[in-house]
Amino acid sequence: MSDWVEACGADDIDEEDVMRFDHDGRTFAIYRSPDDEYFATDGLCSHEKVHLADGLVMDNIIECPKHNGRFNYKTGAARGAPVCVNLRTYPVKLDAGKILIQIG
Amino acid sequence: MMAKGMLIIGAGECGGRAALTLRDLGYDGPVTLVGDEPHLPYERPPLSKDAMTSDAPAIKAIASDEILAERSIRHIHSVQAVEIDRAAHGVRLSDGSVLPYDKLLLATGSVPRRLPMPGLGPRCVYLRTFNDALAIRAHLRAGNRIAIVGGGFIGLELAAAARGLGAAVTVIEAQPRILMRGVPAEIAKIIHQTHEAEGVKILCGDAIAAIAEDGAQVRIALAGGQDIVADLAVIGIGAVPVTGLAAEAGLTIDNGIAVDAALRTSDPDIFAAGDCCSFPLAVYGGRRVRLEAWRNAQEQGALAARNMLGAGEAHAAVPWFWSDQYGLTLQISGLSDEGSKVVRRDLDDGAFILFHLAQDGRLVAASGIGPGNSVARDIRLAEMLIARRAKPAPEALGSQTIKLKSLLAA
Repeated sequence: MSDWVEACGADDIDEEDVMRFDHDGRTFAIYRSPDDEYFATDGLCSHEKVHLADGLVMDNIIECPKHNGRFNYKTGAARGAPVCVNLRTYPVKLDAGKILIQIG
Repeated sequence: MMAKGMLIIGAGECGGRAALTLRDLGYDGPVTLVGDEPHLPYERPPLSKDAMTSDAPAIKAIASDEILAERSIRHIHSVQAVEIDRAAHGVRLSDGSVLPYDKLLLATGSVPRRLPMPGLGPRCVYLRTFNDALAIRAHLRAGNRIAIVGGGFIGLELAAAARGLGAAVTVIEAQPRILMRGVPAEIAKIIHQTHEAEGVKILCGDAIAAIAEDGAQVRIALAGGQDIVADLAVIGIGAVPVTGLAAEAGLTIDNGIAVDAALRTSDPDIFAAGDCCSFPLAVYGGRRVRLEAWRNAQEQGALAARNMLGAGEAHAAVPWFWSDQYGLTLQISGLSDEGSKVVRRDLDDGAFILFHLAQDGRLVAASGIGPGNSVARDIRLAEMLIARRAKPAPEALGSQTIKLKSLLAA
């Protein structure tokens, strides 16, 4: 599958912030980095299935709102306790002011 | 010379985290984790929440058997540590064996404060361990009456879980309101109202005169004259640190095992961390506190591990904890009793945050409540501001249109 799905408008997310995107029974988190790039990961923390979009983005890191599990949202890498399972990441592209993600 | 290794007494969040951190840091000597429960190290927060509502409660292990084996962490379960021989650097266990150590970590945690009254039998229980949780879980069903003694977090989370399963719940709190310790009245009121709307009966400001068990019933007589009859009474009136082992060994005790900023006890080869220790909190000028909180246990377990290996690092974290009840989450960072002025910030969906400022304008704590994780991000930002000893403008804190993150850059 190589479906590109429209997630939101590029301006819907502030710089260094995150937004939740639900599609077809799945949930994703879309990020805009401080250097104005867009990224996408699974929407739920790998620790206790909490929506990451309620968390805080600082630089390249998303922090889970519940227990402060940290991930690098650019790579999905878990960055220490209590999280140890990486997040899956998804390709993102910008098209005419819209953010598209490729849901594999 | 062969290393005696690192010995950790207490296999909860703190001890488990310490063991894993020692390996993360590349320590290759023996690491031994001793616990008195029959389980793998597990997370306790779910015990008053998910484990209570799940049909088949399971422990949420911090490390599986495979991980422990892979990382060469020896986990000895179902035994008590009975004596520390400081001169010989060894700990004797209840099975008679003696474990040597180069550095020892006491992560012995806390146990429920006992209700000092006669008349308590098998229908009056406490919640600390997974096995306690299973025993309570068996009573939570429609038609059963549950009395909860103590309107603190454990009791209230349990009340929410019990209501969710259809039990009739009465909460008895001796203080004039619930959550007297550490939670602002404005927030406690929201929680109180939510419980009442869910059908929980809350009785505040009434002491227990007597408790008696009669077969399958508990009868609680209140000083005000009311009698509460229940099928089970759960007592949640706080916790006391487990200090016996440390005290017997002559270590300094001061509302818990007293440690310095690097979590060292009065013996430089013995550390203590988590619920069992009192430590100086740098962010409040070294005020000595003892915290019963999951994140503190985790952070201090990791810090103790670093310092057992010689890092000499001082504890610098800001206290933080949370509670889930029904769809509400409460989060608090810092200690609100350090503040003398409160600024309220309203968020969407009825969520709000109270910022607690000291006399000199320093932000010292933030308490928030709202549906789901609506307050999480701002509480986290507040925590960073507290750590920086920031003095944000009260008008900015109170304004919904000014992003808290912008104050961090200031």
